[in-house]
Amino acid sequence: MSARERILGRVRRALADVEPDDSPYERAIERSYVRAHGDLDAERTVGLLAENLADYRALVHRCTADELPCLIGRLLAERGSRTVLVPPGLDAGWLAETDVERVPDLAASTPDELDRVDSVVTGCAVAVAETGTIVLDGGPDQGRRRITLVPDHHVCVVRVPDQVVASVPQALERLTPTRPLTWISGPSATSDIELDRVEGVHGPRTLEVVLVGGVSHSPGGDGR
Amino acid sequence: MSGTFVGMPAFPEAARAAVGDQTLRGNLRHATHTIRAKRAKAVAEVSDWDQLREAGKRIKDHTLRHLDRYLVQLEERVTAAGGTVHWAADAEEANRIVAALVAETGESEVVKVKSMATQEIGLNEALEAEGVHAYETDLAELIVQLGKDRPSHILVPAIHRNRGEIRDIFRREMSEWGRPAPEGLTDTPAELAEAARVHLREKFLRAKVGVSGANFMIAETGTLVVVESEGNGRMCLTLPETLISVVGIEKILPTWRDLEVFLQTLPRSSTAERMNPYTSMWTGTTDEDGPRAFHLVLLDNGRTDTLADEVGRQALRCIRCSACLNVCPVYERAGGHAYGSVYPGPIGAILSPQLRGTASEIDASLPYASSLCGACYEVCPVAIDIPEVLVRLRERVVEGGPVVRDGNRVVLRPAKGHAAERAAMRAARWAFARPGALRAGQRLASRTRGLHPRTLPGPGRAWSATRDLPAVPAEPFRDWWQRTHGGEEAK
Repeated sequence: MSARERILGRVRRALADVEPDDSPYERAIERSYVRAHGDLDAERTVGLLAENLADYRALVHRCTADELPCLIGRLLAERGSRTVLVPPGLDAGWLAETDVERVPDLAASTPDELDRVDSVVTGCAVAVAETGTIVLDGGPDQGRRRITLVPDHHVCVVRVPDQVVASVPQALERLTPTRPLTWISGPSATSDIELDRVEGVHGPRTLEVVLVGGVSHSPGGDGR
Repeated sequence: MSGTFVGMPAFPEAARAAVGDQTLRGNLRHATHTIRAKRAKAVAEVSDWDQLREAGKRIKDHTLRHLDRYLVQLEERVTAAGGTVHWAADAEEANRIVAALVAETGESEVVKVKSMATQEIGLNEALEAEGVHAYETDLAELIVQLGKDRPSHILVPAIHRNRGEIRDIFRREMSEWGRPAPEGLTDTPAELAEAARVHLREKFLRAKVGVSGANFMIAETGTLVVVESEGNGRMCLTLPETLISVVGIEKILPTWRDLEVFLQTLPRSSTAERMNPYTSMWTGTTDEDGPRAFHLVLLDNGRTDTLADEVGRQALRCIRCSACLNVCPVYERAGGHAYGSVYPGPIGAILSPQLRGTASEIDASLPYASSLCGACYEVCPVAIDIPEVLVRLRERVVEGGPVVRDGNRVVLRPAKGHAAERAAMRAARWAFARPGALRAGQRLASRTRGLHPRTLPGPGRAWSATRDLPAVPAEPFRDWWQRTHGGEEAK
């Protein structure tokens, strides 16, 4: 008998005392928890996202679509980056104000090659305000999972308010489960030494999130 | 389970040694109290915590009650998505499968993301025997591996080590395994983490095989989920060409939507965060993104035996958050090693004896590694009634009875060490049925108070070695009642 048959047989025998129940799953589980905590409007939801991202030591910036190329150029310059990884479908305009060398996201690139790149700029699929999380789903403006992992500096652009949801349940509704998904809440961190939180172990040590809205939210354009 | 723990003394003996270790107690107290306070704050942020907890409990119970159906569905979806599913009835079979898969790649090293299941089956040791070196990449697991030590906490395996000890281990051992610790390494957490980053990065970048566990598997879609903080998980899951995940069969959730419950309760219960820094989800393989080959090894190793017990099966709801460890007064003092199992603390005290049976002395002692205070049940995000299962297991150990081992129904004999306890209980039964004898005995006990020893002689010695004997009152309660309320009885 195969291990498969043996295990399934054991499961069935172990459950011999359980009353058969064929009610549909949706009815079997009562879900009395809430879909979102609080009833925030779009602008306050974006504010909560910014607050929670910053709480987990992501650097948060806000700007309008017009200001975005300039801001990205500045972030890469401040960082002293000489190379930047670019997913295939990234809006070319976002990098219009920088002359940092573009490195395309290619399947053939080795991990060592990625390790030599200074920064990566991506979009995202959705962002979750309550938890301060951005979710990447490998879409054209996000690229392969590894490009937001190996370089030490990740700049992620979130379109607000369209890409922002309040809660985890709302985020799951928007995502396609069969795509490779990466949920990111702040930069890489560890609390393994005396429970002291240290940012930056194996993933990017710096995560900068740019919240891009249609209209200017603050006179300076960058409400850091 | 892992051979690492073979020969461990039973809990009372191991705990006595741990309680006497001042450094260990200091490290543990600091850690458990810190995380306990943080967790309470993180949970208080969520107004519907009780409803989430109840939903989590029901989802897991429902899954366990239809586990055969969901396992088959999961296998179908993973296979359809380009993965290969293997089934392993026990640790040996699982290790054999993984070793063969690694051998097929021709590689002699693998990178590992922390996984309770692979620790449980002793995979690292099994691979080593085949000439394959497994590198643990979680910072705490690295500390444990370099220190030739054993993990002592589910979430923070090196919780028993302070920063000074960690610096010494890094300085001494890193050069043996790869890139040495930097010159002049101090004991600040930031520097220690940086040393680990540099040491492990060379391994990540050249790794061809990754080994992981999983926090959840979604039957509906075939999706696996790994929740982590450091990014070592993402490294192991996406950089290698081959990914092998060893996952207990109880880790299934029926639907994608179910994640909305556990992605809210798990991070807050375990690391006291709104969300852990990284969560990876993958379904089979994806063209040109991540591993080209994905193998899922579904592990039984005592889980179906646990499922057969109608009280004990609730232990399989566990999502390994470790909240119960951090609130347990026994764990806080005895430490994780005393449990002699990869699953320490309250959950370990009910999970290990069920997965492994109670034949060994350590496993028979684990149901007693508790004060039954109930704090573990209060914090459990899937409402496992740990005290209830502990009492059930104590009954099994003392009285014996029918259990399932390796899929077969067997009748357990009463544990040998408990003959005196059974004799005492029989004597009590006899005395309580005879009021005259009880009264005479109580009076005798009161009058001889001054002569009572502080510890019991003979077979009772072991019992009184870990407890204070109750003081016998100067006068039996019944006599006192007669004397002071004697006339009221008729009212």
